[in-house]
Amino acid sequence: MLQIINFFIRNKNFLLFLFLLAISLSLTIQSHSYHQSKFVHSANFVSGNLLSLKHEITGYFGLRKENKLLAEENNRLRNQLELFTEASSLSVRISDSLTEDIPYYYRTAEVINNNYSKTNNYLTLKSGRKQGIQSEMGVISSQGIIGIVDQVSENFSTVLSILNSKSSISVKLKKSGHFGSLVWDGKLPNTLQLIDIARLASISIGDTITTDGRSTIFPKGLPVGVISNFKLDQGENFYIIDVTLFNDMTKTEYVYIIENKKAEEIKELETTTKNEY
Amino acid sequence: MSTNILIHSTRFLVLLLAQIFLFNNIDFLGFVNPYVYILFILLYPVNSNQLLFLLLSFFLGISIDFFSDSGGIHAAACLVTAFIRPVILKFSFGVSYDYNNVKVSNTPFGSRLTYISFLVVIHHLVLFNLEVFNFNHTILILKSTLFSSIFTILLCMVFMILFSKRST
Repeated sequence: MLQIINFFIRNKNFLLFLFLLAISLSLTIQSHSYHQSKFVHSANFVSGNLLSLKHEITGYFGLRKENKLLAEENNRLRNQLELFTEASSLSVRISDSLTEDIPYYYRTAEVINNNYSKTNNYLTLKSGRKQGIQSEMGVISSQGIIGIVDQVSENFSTVLSILNSKSSISVKLKKSGHFGSLVWDGKLPNTLQLIDIARLASISIGDTITTDGRSTIFPKGLPVGVISNFKLDQGENFYIIDVTLFNDMTKTEYVYIIENKKAEEIKELETTTKNEY
Repeated sequence: MSTNILIHSTRFLVLLLAQIFLFNNIDFLGFVNPYVYILFILLYPVNSNQLLFLLLSFFLGISIDFFSDSGGIHAAACLVTAFIRPVILKFSFGVSYDYNNVKVSNTPFGSRLTYISFLVVIHHLVLFNLEVFNFNHTILILKSTLFSSIFTILLCMVFMILFSKRST
């Protein structure tokens, strides 16, 4: 017994080292499997407040560009509104319950922390449960998609960026409707890879990629990027397509968070369908 | 002794905040960031309690992890660096060197550079291996380690020279 205690005392440094190493490695492994980084994330009280303090100061530097983007977006939306009012004045209203039936609800949020230089990047938003944010909501900017909400606290939330090796978003070719998954190889912050597009699909450089609406996270037809390069994979059955994003992931100040009001219903249906088999 | 504790706790906080607010946002050439907070581990007194040193290094790493959403990679890297430090100390300052009296900021330039370089490279190698977590990307790991190490070593040397007079 004494020998065991002596052994512990003699090797206490090494044992402490092993113990702490086990903790940190388990945290690392947890963070590498999707939706498991439950303990260490920046949406907690201390880091959330400190990061938003930092953003109070640094947020001023990009205001000119941010204003320009807002003006561009307003312009685009105005044009769409014009088309819409014209169309609705010409035709008969199809349904009066249109406003009640809108499945998507948008909220704005301020980005207080943004990574893009690592292989697993996250953003931190200054909106949380109090503002109605929930896990697995889609996040977009005025020009393209940003990611999916990961962890949510009272006042802050973290977003799994599309610049993350765990991220996979279902998208399609706007022209032909072929769909595939958008992933990131960890190299350039403005280029993502579109995989699982069959060889039969006709693609050319400059084709637009949009979201395909098969998931409950993003609505159909959001612009993502254009094809900048493509090649066949090793099996020569699928394309690996480089997609240049429309939005600049390195400069994101304000984002929209999309709530799909029918997500629960769809998920419930999907799980019951799965259970029957 | 109490001034020593004060110096080291201030250094802990200042380096932590500087890392989060400044050095994590440099992104030189798009991906190169220096991890200057390792200075805390480099400059920690050599003759102190190893147990406390390991614990402090772990807490420094995990604090960085909280702010950068990175799981436990900084904690693991710091821990390994702190654990391996006595070996590197002996290696770079010599066995005959009475390493209980080493003060890192007063040592000759050559051996100090060896000491810093070894610890920084070990730290970065562990860090990027855990960050990428995929042996298919070995080139990426080595590239990130090389560039970030050069950046960190340079900044560590500069900071040591800048702040050495005031701390002695």
